[in-house]
Amino acid sequence: MSDEANKGLNSPLRRKLLMGMAALPAITMLPRTSFAQAPATSVVNTTGLAVTDTEVTVGILHSVTGTMAISETGSVEAEKLAIEQINASGGVLGRKIKFIQEDGASDWPTFAEKAKKLLVNDKCAAVMGCWTSASRKAVLPVFEQYNGMLYYPTFYEGLEQSKNVIYTGQEATQQIIAGLDWVNKTKGAKTFYLLGSDYIWPRTSNKIARKHIEGHLQGAKVVGEEYFPLGHTQFNSVINKIKLTKPDVIYAIIVGGSNVAFYKQLKAAGIDLSKQTLLTISVTEDEIDGIGGENIAGAFACMKYFQSLDNPNNKAFVSAFKKMWGEKTVIGDVTQAAYLGPWLWKLTVEKAGSFDIDKVAAASPGVEFKGAPEGYVRIHENHHLWSKTRVGKAKADGQYELVYETADLVEPDPFPKGYQ
Amino acid sequence: MFGDYSLGDLGAIFAMQGFAGLILFSVYVLMALGLAIIFGQMGVINMAHGEFMILGAYVTWMTSNAVQQFAPWLFPGYFFIAMTLAFIASGALGMLVEWAMIRHLYKRPLDTLLATWGLSLILQQAYRSVFGAREVGVELPEWMMGSWQATDSIQIPINGMFVMALTILITIAVAYVLFWSSWGKQVRAVVQNRVMAGAVGINTEKVDRYTFGLGCGIAGVAGSAFTMIGSTGPTAGQLYIVDTFLVVVFGGAASLFGTIASAFSISQTQSTLEFFLSGSMAKVITLLTIVAILMVRPQGLFALKVRK
Repeated sequence: MSDEANKGLNSPLRRKLLMGMAALPAITMLPRTSFAQAPATSVVNTTGLAVTDTEVTVGILHSVTGTMAISETGSVEAEKLAIEQINASGGVLGRKIKFIQEDGASDWPTFAEKAKKLLVNDKCAAVMGCWTSASRKAVLPVFEQYNGMLYYPTFYEGLEQSKNVIYTGQEATQQIIAGLDWVNKTKGAKTFYLLGSDYIWPRTSNKIARKHIEGHLQGAKVVGEEYFPLGHTQFNSVINKIKLTKPDVIYAIIVGGSNVAFYKQLKAAGIDLSKQTLLTISVTEDEIDGIGGENIAGAFACMKYFQSLDNPNNKAFVSAFKKMWGEKTVIGDVTQAAYLGPWLWKLTVEKAGSFDIDKVAAASPGVEFKGAPEGYVRIHENHHLWSKTRVGKAKADGQYELVYETADLVEPDPFPKGYQ
Repeated sequence: MFGDYSLGDLGAIFAMQGFAGLILFSVYVLMALGLAIIFGQMGVINMAHGEFMILGAYVTWMTSNAVQQFAPWLFPGYFFIAMTLAFIASGALGMLVEWAMIRHLYKRPLDTLLATWGLSLILQQAYRSVFGAREVGVELPEWMMGSWQATDSIQIPINGMFVMALTILITIAVAYVLFWSSWGKQVRAVVQNRVMAGAVGINTEKVDRYTFGLGCGIAGVAGSAFTMIGSTGPTAGQLYIVDTFLVVVFGGAASLFGTIASAFSISQTQSTLEFFLSGSMAKVITLLTIVAILMVRPQGLFALKVRK
């Protein structure tokens, strides 16, 4: 981590270490550990979580097999990196993080079952996990029933808020509105063609996009909106429709294998993305790897993070990530959001002075992380993050070039009024 | 919907839409051909068909990388080498699978369904372990990308035309092999009467193995070609399997021409509906139509050939 990042981490840490001095008798009981000033376990853990004098257990719950492994691998890698870095910098309340990894296997009931195992059997103090909304919806009742803490990394459709979840990705309005405003202002875009895969996230997002286009952008309108079954691989017909309607902007929220097919066929059909504006919220650097940079160069993506962001936190993060997972790995928006999970949890625990779930949940609002690769972030009362919205332009080498970022942090608004 | 457009615009769109339909038709034929051979000639339901396709795709990816590294001058034409290698790799794996697994299950046709389903899971995990869980991007030579500008307003995708040409070639080759070569006669003899075929000196086991290998090999070529239009990842085979079965079952399992006719009708319905309705609705209506037709004409459905 950079110096700036350490400053951010040190101040609450130091405060807690001083508090820990009050528990001096505990120190003598700690064998062979470098974390000598840790506060006593009986103080920081009153609810029977898996916290010992030297260790605290957290869970990692993602799909490493099945269809979703494509997307979730990056999140697992980021979380492991964060945990390693936290351990190297002194752990959490003087305790080393030990993680137990479970495989959701791209199957939602399995997610629920593994979540229960992590909370009930392993007594994990926090769980970093889930990717799709379907998996999050499946584990949510488990986390609420057994009172666990979930750090969820993916940008998603919003319309949810829970005491037991911290959403480290963007909810829909944070990802959509600033991007549409930008494309309207700088490109003079008036007509939009909305596309998406057929499930809750693209549909909810496009609903918000349509409301914003029709209600807030002067003279703008939606000239087409359609959805394709997940796994759809033939887009020639819709591409012809796009050619016929000639929209100023193609607004695409297509996911998975369909994504690759769509951009390859768009290029093959002679649609030149340097002339036709395309704005997407579903293609990160991870996806470009599969699509091929040459097929998507010129498209715009609206995210909160790009691997190419030029700031010291991000440079340190990217080089640490590549050192751990290989020179060729790329880092997308969600991977960065997953990296925030363990850090935010650590900062929250140290603010609360306790691992207890209720105290962590209560302490969450207002927790700041200055060392985030995306820049300063803060947890909102609604358990989502204040963060900036950015627009990047895809380049042939598979990276995004930052073309716009909001001046201020954008407030998370999971239940946007007038957009539902 | 068309009020605001000029006649020229509409003409161009309909020409391109016609091509879109033909391209979809070629894609369907190409992905169904291998399955149709195995299902039609052997009565084996190969649930791992998609994974044989993806093996071809991965072979293409590896060839692309190898050529770029060791023989860059070969790159413009590497795709033909890749397709040949894909055919060999998938065909060889197919023959191995036939020898190790399928031949023991000929008398239990429904068990092959379960066994090949298991095989597809094993292959998916194998790809994930070997190539990683993320998708890989296959680089194409410049001439295969982009579109051909037929007139000012009509653009035809080059990769679509490539798939079309490939489909025609492979279909002719398969028809030739099955209907005019002596090996094809043996295959058909075994299908009609296995015992008699054996009695006149045909090595039926060998015929089975090569038929299965041929079907898998064609799946490999299809997978290789689809790297141009789709994704390459451990589970990408699943994207094709449903449509493939639809085409084969709808066409009636026994006939090659049934497969082609069925691919044609499904692709035309699908692409026309997609143009006038939306993507999801087009799929729903296509599927409903197929179900309705199969209810009236069950002979189009599973004429399940059971070896006795």
